[in-house]
Amino acid sequence: MIFIEKKIFLFLLIFFLLFLPPLGQSLGMYYTLHISALIGIYLLLILGLNLILGFVGLLDLGFIAFYACGAYLSALLSIRGWNFCLVLPATIILTVLLRLLLGLPALRLRGDYLAIVTLGFGEIMRLVLNNWDGLTNGPKGLPRVGEAISSPKFFFLTFQSDLSFYYLILFFVILGIIVSRRLDNSRIGRAWIAIREDELAAETCGINVDKVKLFAFCFSAIYAATAGVLYTHWIKFISPESFTFWESVLLVSMVVLGGMGSIPGVILATILVIGVPEFLRGLLGTQLVNYRMLFFGLGLVLMVIFRPQGIVPSKRRELELHPSNE
Amino acid sequence: MFFQQLLNGVTLGSIYALIALGYTMVYGILLMINFAHSEIFMSGAFFGYFFYQLFSRISFFQEKIFFFIFFLFLCSMFSTALLGIFIEQVAYKPLRRAPRLAPLISAIGVSIFIQNFFMLFVSNQSVAYPQIFPLKKYNFSLLEINSLQIFIIFLSISLMLVLRFFIQYTKLGKATRAVSQDRETASLMGINVNRIISLTFFIGAGLGGAAGILNGMYYGSIKYNMGFLPGIKAFTAAVLGGIGNISGAMFGGYILGICEAFTAGFIPGGAEWKDVFAFAILILVLLLKPSGLLGTQLKKV
Repeated sequence: MIFIEKKIFLFLLIFFLLFLPPLGQSLGMYYTLHISALIGIYLLLILGLNLILGFVGLLDLGFIAFYACGAYLSALLSIRGWNFCLVLPATIILTVLLRLLLGLPALRLRGDYLAIVTLGFGEIMRLVLNNWDGLTNGPKGLPRVGEAISSPKFFFLTFQSDLSFYYLILFFVILGIIVSRRLDNSRIGRAWIAIREDELAAETCGINVDKVKLFAFCFSAIYAATAGVLYTHWIKFISPESFTFWESVLLVSMVVLGGMGSIPGVILATILVIGVPEFLRGLLGTQLVNYRMLFFGLGLVLMVIFRPQGIVPSKRRELELHPSNE
Repeated sequence: MFFQQLLNGVTLGSIYALIALGYTMVYGILLMINFAHSEIFMSGAFFGYFFYQLFSRISFFQEKIFFFIFFLFLCSMFSTALLGIFIEQVAYKPLRRAPRLAPLISAIGVSIFIQNFFMLFVSNQSVAYPQIFPLKKYNFSLLEINSLQIFIIFLSISLMLVLRFFIQYTKLGKATRAVSQDRETASLMGINVNRIISLTFFIGAGLGGAAGILNGMYYGSIKYNMGFLPGIKAFTAAVLGGIGNISGAMFGGYILGICEAFTAGFIPGGAEWKDVFAFAILILVLLLKPSGLLGTQLKKV
């Protein structure tokens, strides 16, 4: 029964994402396309963060740093005339390496200490992007005057129009969802959940905890890097302002709202948090939208207190969160 | 130049130390990072501003500058402290038995809420901070010191001494130490643990509020998002000195302030990179010596 419901949910989601933008365009609401693309990019980020926060239970407050890394690397490579086919893998590899460099020492720490280290790293990344004028053009952002980020090109396919590029984003999102689901049901996914529930017990059962954690940590960077590459090529302009600490917090909050470890949950939360206020902006005016962060903060507190399992709880997680006999 | 930067560092360090005390006291008792503390610091600065507007209309205070400053700080610190208790009761108390990530996320929610509350209902711009007392400059051969710097250093050190006395020699202070050592045993000895936790938030938030006013006076302007950077730096200070350790927080605050002033003053281009430096210290201390410079070995990091 639940299985069927999930299928219906996914079907509805794909239908919605596939046909909404062209429908909006034909009705003259061009911003639908832009919002849908933004939702798509955030979905990739959220799926990545869900791997590490939802499945393994490690709080990462600097996830945006790797999104920034992906965005800046791809911009730098693209400006130098690299083809999209090369930019994407190169960016992913470099971002994952950076993630590995942080993860190797940092994953020894637990809980809130890991959160603080990742937060510090995220801020360092933003400050470096902001201050390293020679490479990143500082707060003025990339590309510089006279430079341009080219449209993605796969051998003979060029994603010139906005709509075709949107479908490219959608392709990556669907791929991301499938990979996430497969991971969740795999041996390694079960190892992650074992670690989340009790690290010591997991280790006793023969799980190489450090290795498995590091794998999740690095794998999530692939999502972040891909989202960064797509963001750069979609907006065609990036600056350090888009990668602040509050963006990381927003991502974490969306995972918590949706339900940690629940793929349909985090997807729903992304659409609610990113999409709905933007559509409402058109209908109700800007004034109301300014209050969203206020309600968002309040919602976060209420959610953690009254419904810690999220909007659409993950089945496994729900079992785990039932009151223990402590 | 050296002494001038040292003085700047000590002034800055006093403010960091006051904020760091709030982090470290809460951590010592609840083992949680009070993420909303930077917002408490920010609201302290705004409360100071409101009370300034209120008191400057009262004729009694216009002649007696001492009472003016005394009541200004007293009222603002008290309001901030009440806010601290309120946050604790609403957002942290229901989560005392929850997994350790839960209160952290709740604190982030509170932080977002307070910041946006001040942005929407108070001001979304920088607010010029009033000059509370006349600025006098004293010139020595090696350094120039102004009355505001003396005031900041004097006030924060006296607040810390009062806190030290309170923790060390009063009955409530003893109870606080007992709770941070072992909550359950302390409750068996007849200590009302909930009340001690509230007291901790009360003191921590009050000191944070005072730091907020001092920060506003020092930089001359306040803004709804002013809390984040000093907050995270004060947390660095607390970690540097050994989190949970009260003297450690003071010590760490001064070290961080002095390091920052020297980076900004003596390294070319250091002013831009001084924040990177602070974050690097934070990461390195957590990775290499999570117990801090003065801390004892933590049970579980």
